[in-house]
Amino acid sequence: MNPKTRPVAVVGGNRIPFARSNSAYSKASNQDMLTAALDGLVDRCSLDGERLGEVVGGAVLKHSRDRDLTRESVLGTRLAPETPAYDVQQACGTGLEAAILVANKIALGQIDAGIACGTDTTSDAPIGLNEDLRELLLDANRERSTGGKLKQLARLRPGHVVPAIPRNEEPRTGMSMGEHCALMAAEWGIGRDEQDELAALSHHNLAAAYERGFNADLVTPYLGLERDQNLRPDSTVEKLAKLGPVFGGPDGTMTAANSTPLSDGASAVLLASEEWAAERGLPVLATFAEGQTAAVDHVHKREGLLMAPAYAVARMLDRAGLTLQDFDLYEIHEAFAAQVLCTLRAWEDPVFCRERLGRDEPLGSIDRDKLNVNGGSLAAGHPFAATGGRIVAGLAKALQERGGGRGLISVCAAGGQGVVAILEAPGDGATAKKTTKGGKR
Amino acid sequence: MSDRYSQIVNSLPGRLIAGRVGLPQPTPLERHRPGAPVLAGRALLGAAPGGRLAGPLAKALADAGVETATVDADELRSAAADAGLDAAIFNAGAGGEQRFKALVFDATGIADSTQLVELQRFFHPTVRRLERCGRVVVLGTPPAACSGARERTAQRALEGFTRSLAKEVGRGATVQLVHVAPKAEGELASTLRFLLSPRSAYVSGQVVEIGPPVVKKAPAVDWERPLAGKRALVTGASRGIGAAIAETLRRDGADLVLLDVPALASDLAAVAKALDAETIELDITEEGAPAAIAERLSDGVDVVVHNAGVTRDRTIAKMPEERWSTLMEINLSSEERIDDALLEAGLLRANGRIVCVSSMSGIAGNSGQTNYATSKAGVIGMVEALAGDLAKRGATINAVAPGFIETQMTGQMPIAIREAGRRMNSMSQGGLPVDVAETIAWFASPASTGVNGNVVRVCGQSLLGA
Repeated sequence: MNPKTRPVAVVGGNRIPFARSNSAYSKASNQDMLTAALDGLVDRCSLDGERLGEVVGGAVLKHSRDRDLTRESVLGTRLAPETPAYDVQQACGTGLEAAILVANKIALGQIDAGIACGTDTTSDAPIGLNEDLRELLLDANRERSTGGKLKQLARLRPGHVVPAIPRNEEPRTGMSMGEHCALMAAEWGIGRDEQDELAALSHHNLAAAYERGFNADLVTPYLGLERDQNLRPDSTVEKLAKLGPVFGGPDGTMTAANSTPLSDGASAVLLASEEWAAERGLPVLATFAEGQTAAVDHVHKREGLLMAPAYAVARMLDRAGLTLQDFDLYEIHEAFAAQVLCTLRAWEDPVFCRERLGRDEPLGSIDRDKLNVNGGSLAAGHPFAATGGRIVAGLAKALQERGGGRGLISVCAAGGQGVVAILEAPGDGATAKKTTKGGKR
Repeated sequence: MSDRYSQIVNSLPGRLIAGRVGLPQPTPLERHRPGAPVLAGRALLGAAPGGRLAGPLAKALADAGVETATVDADELRSAAADAGLDAAIFNAGAGGEQRFKALVFDATGIADSTQLVELQRFFHPTVRRLERCGRVVVLGTPPAACSGARERTAQRALEGFTRSLAKEVGRGATVQLVHVAPKAEGELASTLRFLLSPRSAYVSGQVVEIGPPVVKKAPAVDWERPLAGKRALVTGASRGIGAAIAETLRRDGADLVLLDVPALASDLAAVAKALDAETIELDITEEGAPAAIAERLSDGVDVVVHNAGVTRDRTIAKMPEERWSTLMEINLSSEERIDDALLEAGLLRANGRIVCVSSMSGIAGNSGQTNYATSKAGVIGMVEALAGDLAKRGATINAVAPGFIETQMTGQMPIAIREAGRRMNSMSQGGLPVDVAETIAWFASPASTGVNGNVVRVCGQSLLGA
């Protein structure tokens, strides 16, 4: 066993623009999109014919035929077919978890380079056979005689044509993620205005990022889309205020605009040892310094479904010997504006930090000017497993752009889980002034 | 809910009709069941800035296991964290369908009449979120203990607020003002538990005074059986309210000595048997009675409940002296003599309790009850007179003043008077003997070391004498 670990470089990233559900990518499969995202990365980083250590990826909504989605996608790319691959699945944390897994193998020296990727489509979604019909067909299959099979098939009824469509609900509570988040928003006293402000800022930041060409080496056009389809550069708090609530009942504060829309897309990010990158003349945008997961009990202890990142970050900070204020950039996945605001409020709150995190002092506030400076999921959209790759690549580039610094990633996931990470780039952030200015509205 | 009118208007057709024609619609009151939590729901804790009770309140709520939310104020959040209270944040502007079983507001920070608006700010967006049989507790400083005129004025003003809110909340909810004297901040537990729980079902619109503790170190208490190992004397224990008091004190763990007149010996024996109690068959007005009681209690006693009482109604113009005197002997004079005998013999143990039963008539007066009201007002006088002396001995004296309580006695009233008595209060119904008993059990609790000299009405906020 190798007792030593080595730094892991984030070398580059690529994604396709994210599309709204049942729109530009409605006919594209997960494999199509993931293949496109990977091939774009192959182009950017000159990986044509390269045999990488491993490609790790996944999708949240997966067809049963996509058993080895990542491997099949790799076989469709210009990477060497001898590149191994495996699938992971951790709800919306899939993309970031894949990056942690690749980074760990590189750190241990088991591989030199690998790609973490993810894809999701809510348009080309799997539709299951009616559960009763499925059982009936299996029963018929178990019969040996033709008569027996016919007897089973005689149980067929018209109702059996109704298919099983995947539903956006937590299996153990029967509530949708939005409804769960509405509970959190109420519990943490998150108002409508602050959610709309965060949503509008996300659109402005993403639009500004596109304007100054920040995404030019992160996004490759696909099926006619050049930018994320959900982006509304002219979004304003006043416009958003007119929308009616979609979660939390008639008094709810969560709207279609301050919640992420269902979307389609894929992303990939290349990680490698520093030597491997140097040999190929590839840049080290940042190093993948830390990763952490956590989960909460949203079923019995009634913790907020999407509060796990608040725990994960606290544990990761302790391990890394850092405070919440020791970061130059923060990337908190905007599943819902309310999720971000609940997380920030929880870190500021003495009760939460004492009772739930077991700390004498609150983690404290962050400088909101450092949060999601190039836009977040509310503007870009959120193809579940593709979000981690979008954030890792975007943050690594943003850190490099500002001349170094430290960035925090926080992603909430279904099932009460959270995946978080730290990226670091060498340098004192000398160009920071210039870039933050450019990054503003 | 025992009376027939309440049963009718709480049926579906009855509710529709009563709603249409504007008849009172009493809410069935929740009452305590052994093992039930202090509060069957969430409490919302708020405070006016600069108050001194956020910390003690948060601690008392945490100790009582009450699930709590607070408004998002730094002072309150820090206090909650220090108290180990796992409190959620409540922001009225955030919408949602949050409901609360209790609203608790620390008003001690209000030092000027211009700051009374804090009451409006807290209760305006929250009062409609109060659940059925909810609880509102406002905590203030006793006006006499305030340092300046402005503060004293503002603190006195709180009473008008709570008494009015008690009439507005409806649906079985209660509202109280608790005056917490300086240095009594640590004495909240037993009173807060009582006022938040269904034990105080029929107590509303009251002002409770909490003073510095009468003993140096309050004992640790098993809240399910606070009177375990304590000996309690209950007079008039064979029937009605007295029997309910006995049952409740026994439930709380007390070893009982039950007293009633020899004529009711069989009733008394039945109650005593069920509660594993000793009995004293004695007419307390007899000359040797105090000595006889002291003799039976020669090992000492922790709780004395003066419950025995009678009515001998007549207008004063028709009142013979015998009718006056018999009542006065039973309801007041004998109690004074028993107290004297027990105190002189040093039989009231450390952290002892004397609890008296006054009456709404003693406060409001009642036609045909000059004798009765005089005796019951005298009971209040006795509480006021002895409170200071007992505090020095490490003991307390308090009184309950029942309003319309459903007993055999009220069952025999003419229907018009009975219905008037039942409905003319904020609950639109009569109370039950257990409501009086629960209040007495709160006074009797060894944890109630700061509760002394109180007269608390158990009357559903009756319109009479309010």
